[in-house]
Amino acid sequence: MSFLPKPKLHHPELATNDIGFTRRDYEGAISTLCAGCGHDSISAAIIRACYELSLPPHRIAKLSGIGCSSKTPTYFLGAAHGFNSVHGRMPSVATGAYLANRELIYLGVSGDGDSASIGLGQFAHALRRGINMTYIVENNGVYGLTKGQFSATSDRGSTSKKGATNTDAAIDLVGLALQLGATFVARSFSGDKAQLVPLIKAALQHPGAAFIDCISPCVQFNNHVGSTKSFDYIREHNEAVNRLDYITGRSEITADYAPGEIEVVVQHDGGVLRLRKLATDYDPHDRTSALRYLQERTVAGEIVTGLLYVDPEPENLHQRLNTVATPLNALEDRLLCPGSAMLETLNAALR
Amino acid sequence: MTQAVRINDFIVRFANINGSGSASANTLFARAILRMGVPATPRNIFPSNIQGLPTWYEVRISESGHLGARAGTDLMVAMNPQTWDHDVASLTPGGYLFYDSTRPARKPRDDITVLGMPLTAICNDVYSDSRQRQIFKNVIYVGGLAALLDIEPEVLESLISEQFKAKEKLIAPNLAAMRLGYDHARKNFDCPIALRVRRADRVGDRIFIDGNSAAALGAVYGGATVCAWYPITPSTSLAEAFARYTKNLRKEPETGRLRAAIVQAEDELASIGMVIGAGWNGARAFTATSGPGISLMQEFLGLAYFAEIPAVVFDVQRAGPSTGMPTRTQQCDVMACAYASHGDTKHVLLFPEDPYECFVFGAQAFDLAERLQTPVFVLLDLDIGMNERLSAPFSWDDARKMDRGKVMTAAELEAGRDFGRYLDVDGDGIPYRTLPGTHPSKGAYFTRGTSRDEYARYTEDGDAYRRNMERLARKFTTAKTLVPRPMRRDAAQPTRFGAIYYGSTSPAMNEAAEMLAAEGVLLDLLRIRAFPFHDEVMDFVAEHEKVFVVEQNRDAQLRSLLIIEGDIDPARLVRVLHYDGTPITAEFIAGEIGGTVGTANVVPLRKARP
Repeated sequence: MSFLPKPKLHHPELATNDIGFTRRDYEGAISTLCAGCGHDSISAAIIRACYELSLPPHRIAKLSGIGCSSKTPTYFLGAAHGFNSVHGRMPSVATGAYLANRELIYLGVSGDGDSASIGLGQFAHALRRGINMTYIVENNGVYGLTKGQFSATSDRGSTSKKGATNTDAAIDLVGLALQLGATFVARSFSGDKAQLVPLIKAALQHPGAAFIDCISPCVQFNNHVGSTKSFDYIREHNEAVNRLDYITGRSEITADYAPGEIEVVVQHDGGVLRLRKLATDYDPHDRTSALRYLQERTVAGEIVTGLLYVDPEPENLHQRLNTVATPLNALEDRLLCPGSAMLETLNAALR
Repeated sequence: MTQAVRINDFIVRFANINGSGSASANTLFARAILRMGVPATPRNIFPSNIQGLPTWYEVRISESGHLGARAGTDLMVAMNPQTWDHDVASLTPGGYLFYDSTRPARKPRDDITVLGMPLTAICNDVYSDSRQRQIFKNVIYVGGLAALLDIEPEVLESLISEQFKAKEKLIAPNLAAMRLGYDHARKNFDCPIALRVRRADRVGDRIFIDGNSAAALGAVYGGATVCAWYPITPSTSLAEAFARYTKNLRKEPETGRLRAAIVQAEDELASIGMVIGAGWNGARAFTATSGPGISLMQEFLGLAYFAEIPAVVFDVQRAGPSTGMPTRTQQCDVMACAYASHGDTKHVLLFPEDPYECFVFGAQAFDLAERLQTPVFVLLDLDIGMNERLSAPFSWDDARKMDRGKVMTAAELEAGRDFGRYLDVDGDGIPYRTLPGTHPSKGAYFTRGTSRDEYARYTEDGDAYRRNMERLARKFTTAKTLVPRPMRRDAAQPTRFGAIYYGSTSPAMNEAAEMLAAEGVLLDLLRIRAFPFHDEVMDFVAEHEKVFVVEQNRDAQLRSLLIIEGDIDPARLVRVLHYDGTPITAEFIAGEIGGTVGTANVVPLRKARP
């Protein structure tokens, strides 16, 4: 495996976005994952979301842990700084990075092993702290790099490629995220780009802790009969509660849906979420009912997807810590060092 | 019993009950002696409990300025019935026992003087509130001791007034309580006793502060903006002091918002992860921890070493392994920090000797971490971290600027400067880095713990891996020239013997050297202040036949480090090891070294050779 640079040849008429970038400017190196891997579809969705939002690629910081999913930041946003950290510890590194500079856009990519097993603690604490970041778990229910062991999101009773049955209960990261206070919680499927891209766009613009659990089948180790994370199984059991169109504050809202079908959510930054309801009684502003709905549908064998919860006025960690508006990494010496005169005063108080 | 009068050279030990409010009264006592110009060193001796169990506060008064611990107690303030027998037994013959005589005790020993003051009875007479009875009992005994030891009550009065400047209501009752004790002692005892404090001029402009607070203030002056930590004794007060200082010193005047972020993490793994994330993103970040925390951080420390990310770790050492003795002091994390993590790693360590150096190194660590793009450890221990110590006043050069190290700017990238994240441009092993978000199309790279080439491209090519590891070793050699140099102090005459020591061992070592010199055992002294070791350290070892390595751990960790890093013949380095959790004493060092050398053996080098 090696670093594979992509040829930088552009089609001369490739479309550009509002800030003059083409879609290719949001790409990274060529993926080294298995052909057909769900993770590559998520990378493509991230590229499309960033392109469509006209985000300057270098203002995004992409962070990950260890695992197949955590390799993917190499395959998108080549002009952005990336940090492939320690297994299960991306959330703390992202927290530190976010403390240092509140102005960048933080995108954390992790997997079910990385976030639900070794990193469950850091997953929980990053969400409860209100780190302003988009946290995507590429959830395939299996360890890929070590060849096919169950992960903590594997459903009880599902079988591995080698035929073993998983006897442990599954961790539902969406349920945890709802309980822990994430202010944007969604689930999607790597095979449903129409659903996933708007969710990523909305999450990137959400000024608080945004979590997306993206089921992403492993074609190599978890796409067989008996798996509950295979393409076929997810397609059969997917129950989307809503369809999201993400519209930035600059765009006009065109009403092309029948009244009552659409809910418009205005986010803090002026960004508009337009939700087309599929489950008529589902309210994405009520944590408690979201949790109840989720559990009921899980018992019924369905996989609930869509925007499950959003708080349009979230509070983030910098607000809670009451830090200055200037990024901490940009403060000059004179603003940080109290100087010799103050030290004399301090000395005097210590005699 | 008549005793020889001892002025400004004795030890007072307070035996208290945890949570009884004795700490501030005891500090008042120590500070009063300092205000009279007499050096005094307090030490807290406390078991790992919060309330109801024994705690001791020991004050060594030493006009000659010895700040190390010393065995023996000359005056015991026995306020804890639970430890009465132990406390009485620990008094040196001829010593004094001061106690609450509300319930009179039989004289427990014939070779001591017993001074009973009915503290509880006095309090019950004067105060009706039970909390007041408890709190003022402590102030009353301080007043009583002042009379007994000839401490000027005016000094106590001014200290009390300063202490409660912000809560003025409390000044008068505290003054009254102190006077109550003072007058009672004057009336009932023959004051002063044979132990006396006499005004001197031996304190000078020195300040009185604990090492953890000093290190935290150093971090403020050093420009730290991110602190991520997890509570663990004895380091907790470092992070808390940073929070206290930033509240006063880092507030944006217009908005009241803070120029620092402090996060109490969920564990030490998250603490160091946050520090690394912040360091990667260009903020000066640190954590404060102790041995168990260092163990938990190992994997991340390897990442920071290999991915070359600045980080500062304050390790306030305590006795291990495992939970060990969490409230007792040791220097036992030297190895765990020097080679922290798996694979070939080496880290920069700084060894402050006192609060002054905690401040200096606390600030300098951030320059070193950014210059070298690597974790830097500041190794305090409980003895200097959690005890107030007389030390040189802090100073700061206003012309000094933070050394942000080799950070390539947007303008440099724009001008077409070649950027290879792991490229050794200057031959010192230190590459250039860029911060996230610097330039729209240039300078972005992927940070990872896996191997890569000079341009940060992932590779498993053996040559590229080896080149990188060799550059990291070169960088560590560069570190030698940047870290604080060792301090050498030679004996009055040439000698074949040397002693190497570091950190909180300093005052005991200095005193031991004086004691040994008086017996004719001459020692050249070298205080190591950092790892990697400067060449002067190896020169010092080469110049002496035997070098004693004095440390506070069982396995002679610094000695091992010297042998490994300097290829030194182990026979030349003699272990002097103190590791029972109490601070090392001059008597111990002098006894160990004196016993090994033997006075007969000591012939000055010059005379030994024709």
